[in-house]
Amino acid sequence: MHRTKVKIVEEALDANNTIAQANRADFDRAGVRVVNFMGAPGAGKTALLERVVRDLPGLRVGVLEGDVQGSMDADRLASLHVPVTQLNTDPSFGGECHLDANMVRSALGDLPLDEIDLLVIENVGNLVCPAEFRVGEDARIMVSAVTEGEEKPLKYPLMFRACELVLVNKVDLLPHLDFDLDKFLYNLDAVHPGVERIAVSAKTGEGVEPWRDWLARVGQRVEVTA
Amino acid sequence: MHELSLSSAIVNTVVKHAHGRPVSVVSMRIGALRQVVPDTLDFYFGFVAEGTVCEGARLEQELLPARLRCAACTREWEIELPIFMCPNCGASGRVEVASGDEFEVESIEVEEVECIAPR
Repeated sequence: MHRTKVKIVEEALDANNTIAQANRADFDRAGVRVVNFMGAPGAGKTALLERVVRDLPGLRVGVLEGDVQGSMDADRLASLHVPVTQLNTDPSFGGECHLDANMVRSALGDLPLDEIDLLVIENVGNLVCPAEFRVGEDARIMVSAVTEGEEKPLKYPLMFRACELVLVNKVDLLPHLDFDLDKFLYNLDAVHPGVERIAVSAKTGEGVEPWRDWLARVGQRVEVTA
Repeated sequence: MHELSLSSAIVNTVVKHAHGRPVSVVSMRIGALRQVVPDTLDFYFGFVAEGTVCEGARLEQELLPARLRCAACTREWEIELPIFMCPNCGASGRVEVASGDEFEVESIEVEEVECIAPR
């Protein structure tokens, strides 16, 4: 018995990226554009989807709902008569705290790809892991609620750098909070200079129109600036 | 918390290259921008490695600092905080990562069984 050193030099997430590319190819063949929708638990991802999914003219929308357990969010969206597919990471995927390309691949057969133009993948609520795992999406959007604090971009740069749009949600609460929106945006620009951002409130409807238009542009295949 | 998923990614990558040979050392190159906690990665790696060729293997982590480069003025600098703004010319739209986003399996050490060829 002797030891041999084997040179590898391979990004450990290459396997995931390869599967993500296969997903992307399948989505492209079906003519479906895909959004990876991320953010912390309770940031308002589902509420922001509820606001727009039925209001995208000419676009048929489907949702893939990622959760560790349960189908509460999927039920909320299904009640709007939008095709929703539930993907639970527990127990099939060890209760993972994010979706990866392989999990999304396993759900491809359950998705009505022929009947939709835009698929929104609502990722598991988490500000770390989803940022590292591409799933085959065209665009990545993250939600950051003003209740989470101004320093979040500095604490979670992986996530804030991994998206093309930041939705700053719950701005209706600003009068009641010590949250300084300018300071948040300054931190955001330090971490991801110039990233698109929309201040929005799923509750009052403020900012919902530009958010809907942004999503519609992805569905209509208007190039998203990375 | 992402160290568990990252450990699985390491083990999967190593298994692919080990071709069934027991692995004694896994050498990683990890950039600071990946926000990996070395002790946590080490802990989860040991856990995920169980029952694979990586079981009992030592995880070596070479930690690389985050360095940015400004495409506008060519300045290169190291950062502690994730601030992507050039300290020299103030440009922000043209700041690139020079190094620090690596998460690479650099090499592995495997145990070869001597070939017992007939003389």
